[in-house]
Amino acid sequence: MADDQDLLPSEQPVQLLEPSGRTVEHPVLPLPHTDRLLAAYESLVVGRRVNDQAGALVRQGKLAVYPSSHGQEACQAGAALALAEGDWLFPTYRDTAAAIARGVDPVQVLTLLKGDWHSGYDPYEKRVAPQATPLATQLLHAVGVAHAARLRGEDTVVMALCGDGATSEGDFHEALNFAAVFKAPVVFFVQNNEYAISVPLARQTAAPSLAHKGIGYGIKGERVDGNDIAAVLAVLDREVAAARAGGGPRLVEAHTYRMQAHTNADDDTRYRDGEEVDPWRERDPLLRAEALLKRRRVLTKDRKARITEHAEEVAAAMRAGVDADTDPAPSELFAHVYATPTPQLTEQAAFLADELSREGN
Amino acid sequence: MAEGSTKISMAQALNRALRDAMTEDPTVYVFGEDVGPLGGVFRITDGITADFGEDRCFDTPLAESGIVGMAVGMAMNGMRPVVEMQFDAFAYPAFEQVVSHVAKTRNRTRGKVALPMVVRVPYAGGIGGVEHHCDSSEAYYAHTPGLTVLAPSNPADAYWMLREAIALPDPVVFMEPKKLYWGKDEVDLDTPAPGIGTSSVVREGTDATLITYGPSVPTALEAAETAAQEGRSLQVVDARSLVPFDDAGVCEAVRSTGRAVVVAEASGFASVASEITARVTERCFHSLAAPVRRVTGFDIPYPPPKLERHQLPGVDRILDAVDDLQWEDQ
Repeated sequence: MADDQDLLPSEQPVQLLEPSGRTVEHPVLPLPHTDRLLAAYESLVVGRRVNDQAGALVRQGKLAVYPSSHGQEACQAGAALALAEGDWLFPTYRDTAAAIARGVDPVQVLTLLKGDWHSGYDPYEKRVAPQATPLATQLLHAVGVAHAARLRGEDTVVMALCGDGATSEGDFHEALNFAAVFKAPVVFFVQNNEYAISVPLARQTAAPSLAHKGIGYGIKGERVDGNDIAAVLAVLDREVAAARAGGGPRLVEAHTYRMQAHTNADDDTRYRDGEEVDPWRERDPLLRAEALLKRRRVLTKDRKARITEHAEEVAAAMRAGVDADTDPAPSELFAHVYATPTPQLTEQAAFLADELSREGN
Repeated sequence: MAEGSTKISMAQALNRALRDAMTEDPTVYVFGEDVGPLGGVFRITDGITADFGEDRCFDTPLAESGIVGMAVGMAMNGMRPVVEMQFDAFAYPAFEQVVSHVAKTRNRTRGKVALPMVVRVPYAGGIGGVEHHCDSSEAYYAHTPGLTVLAPSNPADAYWMLREAIALPDPVVFMEPKKLYWGKDEVDLDTPAPGIGTSSVVREGTDATLITYGPSVPTALEAAETAAQEGRSLQVVDARSLVPFDDAGVCEAVRSTGRAVVVAEASGFASVASEITARVTERCFHSLAAPVRRVTGFDIPYPPPKLERHQLPGVDRILDAVDDLQWEDQ
């Protein structure tokens, strides 16, 4: 049994960069290597571009809905970059940028949000689970994947994402408890963006912080400035290494902020005002990373132009891919319900096919 | 290993099926509440932890959503989990996992992620159980596309259908009638007898067909025996595979007699019995001499032990329903 105090998070969220981009000394965690920060910066820029582009596609009626991670891009990039190739990422519907940062095709990630019936990409290709829509249920799947890997003697780590609202769900509790009991190598990474649609954090919990919940399960909790890519990377690197070394699960809470409404279908002026949002603009994760890299003189004009160009390519691919996409085929609705369709489904598929043929389709 | 035919209880048959599956396939894992050293509250996993080790058969924290959710992840990652829900009504905390993930993952991933897993549910009454221990919950699962739902009624079906369920590339909800756990019968362990998608004529008869499954099968057989003494020949069909349902087999049986009564313990409204009744009526209308009748539990919460006999379909109610099938001699 670990010492109680060892399980508690630090008193303040770990921060390695001030909003100005100046570095902050941390007693234990060093600033990640410059190359890694540059890679993370590129991922941040792409993530922001993906968020903006997806928002535009919604306005053009080409996506059904988009829950944006605008303002949370440091968490998105950090979650993906902290993992090795053989690890698993479990994203939610708001973690499109994280899936893309892990290498999943942007158009395929948007499949569900486009209004299709399936989750698009092959989860085994990049080891990215299908984006979860119900809250916290996928955290248990993450525990199962990790436990199976551990039983086979593999050193796989699973990064399981959720938001502050999901920490109120029963499955959050069950997942942390199961992971701790079975020492499953899972890093639970909570992006606390202060809101679950309209409901603020104070209505989700009376705990001192979400990271404090770890101690109740015997899990080490940690909190980090979620808009500080250096701190996010440093903390997640440490926790992933601990989980990989057999230390069991970890809980990390990132303090960040949902800059936009829940989705395009939400009106956030009904529950928060601009005065609350404005201070967070100064804490933008992108500006902060850029300020550091410029200060270090590693973000040259050329390099920045190349990164911007790459982000534009991703955005262009999203536009083209969404445009090129054909409507989902009704006949396929029956194809994957079972490995072998039941006689009843075969009958129903034939019925629909007949109905469509009479409509002249 | 050739074993030939052996007389064992359904509980022993299920235990044997788990052991044989685990021996043949190292990716089969068994877990749940009290399934480890205790061997399960019904002893279905008796001795498995001792013989296969704590990794292969283990106790979990007491949380059904956690059990099923973890099984989903393990199935995603190359394993074939078989989990126990302890009692029918205690499976409800796992309902979201079952309906939103277990049932939908293959479809949602366009076939890329299969979930070969089995959720075992000891179910139904007739054992003098207290509240929350006797629910017939099969309709909830049968109503959910993506699930295969099985309900064996004898040791041989229990053995072979569980073997088949574990080997299936899709998730199975395996409903085990608690009151039949201890009844013994012959099981041929050498000759595979698959049951998924098929019904089974468990008694031949010419005058009317009793369609039933799970805990009500022995009751239907008893009713047929009594009817025979009274000169009426009743055929008994064990539907056993609720999803996929054997329309062809059941309808063939009904057409051969021209009369049918559906017998099931669950409350009748919006039930599997209703579905069977509708399917038979739609498909066999011109072969039927009378409307299909149902004998089911009342639409009430499962009664306490002292009153449960009023809820269970009994021989008399079944025979009364048969008498109502517009016989020409009435």
